Amino acid sequence: MMPTEAPGLEVDRLIDDPRTRIIVCCGSGGVGKTTAAAALGLRAAERGREVVVLTVDPARRLAQSMGLTELDNTPRLVADIGGASGGRLHAMMLDMKRTFDEIVEAHADPARARQILANPFYESLSSTFSGTQEYMAMEKLGQLRRSDEWDLIVVDTPPSRSALDFLDAPARLGRFLDGRLIRLLMAPAKAGGRAYMKVFSVGMNVFTQAMTKILGAQVLKDVQTFVSALETVFGDFRERADQTYKVLQAPGTAFLVVAAPEHDALREASYFVERLDEERMPLAGLVLNRVHTTGAADLSDARSLAAAEALEETKSHPLVASALRLHAERMQVAEREARLRGQFTSAHPAVPVVEVPAQPQDVHDLEGLRRIGDELADLTRPTDLTG
Amino acid sequence: MSTRDTDWDGVRLHVVTGKGGTGKTTVAAALALALAAGGHRVLLVEVEGRQGIAQIFDCPPLPYEERKVAVAPGGGDVYALAIDPEAALTDYLEMFYNLKRAGKALTRFGVVDFVTTVAPGLRDVLLTGKATEAVRRRSGGKFAYDAVVMDAPPTGRITRFLNVNAEVAGLAKVGPIHNHADKVMDVIRSPETAVHFVTLLEEMPVQETLDGVAELRDAELPPGGIMINMTRPATLGKRDLDAAMAGTLDLDEIVTGLKAAGLPGDEATARALATELGEHAVRVALERREKRRLAAAKQPRYLLPVVPDGVDLAGLYRLAAELRQQGAA
Repeated sequence: MMPTEAPGLEVDRLIDDPRTRIIVCCGSGGVGKTTAAAALGLRAAERGREVVVLTVDPARRLAQSMGLTELDNTPRLVADIGGASGGRLHAMMLDMKRTFDEIVEAHADPARARQILANPFYESLSSTFSGTQEYMAMEKLGQLRRSDEWDLIVVDTPPSRSALDFLDAPARLGRFLDGRLIRLLMAPAKAGGRAYMKVFSVGMNVFTQAMTKILGAQVLKDVQTFVSALETVFGDFRERADQTYKVLQAPGTAFLVVAAPEHDALREASYFVERLDEERMPLAGLVLNRVHTTGAADLSDARSLAAAEALEETKSHPLVASALRLHAERMQVAEREARLRGQFTSAHPAVPVVEVPAQPQDVHDLEGLRRIGDELADLTRPTDLTG
Repeated sequence: MSTRDTDWDGVRLHVVTGKGGTGKTTVAAALALALAAGGHRVLLVEVEGRQGIAQIFDCPPLPYEERKVAVAPGGGDVYALAIDPEAALTDYLEMFYNLKRAGKALTRFGVVDFVTTVAPGLRDVLLTGKATEAVRRRSGGKFAYDAVVMDAPPTGRITRFLNVNAEVAGLAKVGPIHNHADKVMDVIRSPETAVHFVTLLEEMPVQETLDGVAELRDAELPPGGIMINMTRPATLGKRDLDAAMAGTLDLDEIVTGLKAAGLPGDEATARALATELGEHAVRVALERREKRRLAAAKQPRYLLPVVPDGVDLAGLYRLAAELRQQGAA
């Protein structure tokens, strides 16, 4: 099967375009999103843009390479970047709990804020809820955008199994806060509670009984206090999340889907591409990370293996025999990757793709990020190794 | 449970964690097959709603129901269950409170959202609760399953996930949920449980594994084996590796070798192969370093070979055989 030829992704054109204001790097966990985001940010800064990279969970050494030694929730200038271009690179790590705390403090009066921050359910919601990270990443993105201090924001989305979580989690939290349960739980605390309960009278008894039985009376009370305290804060909060969501749909935003050339990662990438299309969110393209390349693509795996066997039979040239075996393996991997890529591009022929070759070791310095940046922008690489 | 000696005799709940991309689900499935070998009944559970098990065993998406998915060598059975928090909640209500009707009302009022949204501790109690229930379950005077293997959340979340007691304690100091969490913890803290880590010989997964083992120990949870996945046999000697790494391989020798093998011995090919050898050498050096770092965790280690064409059913059986041979099951 000849893989469909996808258009090349022109990364430099994307990051050089002053109209590009936000680049969101998304994809499933473990595909190199953070590295891609950092490399893009660095490259954009060195080409003259005022950039901030918002990362969520960087590897320690990658964070250190950008001068991020701790989670402090504020963009920090990365030294010695940009030079003559006039560009600058800032980087920050998201501290979701602090971001959440700040929102509460900004929207509730001090007494109420203290009450919320001390509630055990708040503790749980702000530090462990799997969607909070996404929600807070979205919130932080909104803040950075509104501050207008940077002309390019590169966002690394939280490490979740599914790339869709980044889009869905905020809505899920919002839905929950709008939901019947919240209203129900708040009902007794409200002045008009009685009338309210009447509306829900069907099943209401069963409901409170069950809740008390399962949760226990004390927990139920904690939940109620928490929910009613949060309510004051959240109307506003939800609105902001909606606004940020709209920013993601606006021109000026570009989504880059990052995937490794593996079945699961590409399937997630496919879902995400379809979803972006449904939401009318602007997709810039697919970054296919950690692709295996070879300088001897003419030497097929079968010939390579046969030659290795011939050498092994005569017990001569063991180094070359090993080299041929390694090469055969690499060709097989490259072919599988090309096949997977072909499947993706057949389904999404219009999505531009750029490949980044697998690095022999992890990237954890600026030099390594620059190398990845060069690869990202390289349009000369043959797009299909095996064809 | 076995007539052979294994490293984990007496363990009935095998929790398998690992960083994303390390092959956690594959190794969990292989371990389930290995444990089932020789006539045992093993339940493989997944808790993240991804239907990864169905994909590996090439069967339709799993319902919330224990289903046979594979037969092990020597006549054992592997059952699989995808635990869904909503169904687990209804189950839990029925089992412990006889509240079938309430389950429906609670779903209608969005309690499930509540459980999965506001208080992840509660969701984890349900997930681990269902798994530990299967561990304890008896039928006809003996355990319903000889072992339960859980394809658990990734390394970064595992301690929190298993330590539900601590998580829930903040939310519910007394009451039914608290009691339920206690019961779950009894199983998880017991010598019947082991938490295995799947890793690759790469910097980040190894670091997460070491951090994860340390975290488990701090929380007094039982770390198990370290399954080093996708390993390759060594093919080059030290001298060749050094030369490959330094870029001082003799190109002429490679050209001669290529010709001896009946290939056109052009220099471009020789150079490309030398580059590939060089990258291989860098990788081997890195793998050795990571292996040494893993040894410091002082947990049993198992080496699983890379399956070149991606893991299919045959590959799964091969990994299971490796695990058995090395004493993991």
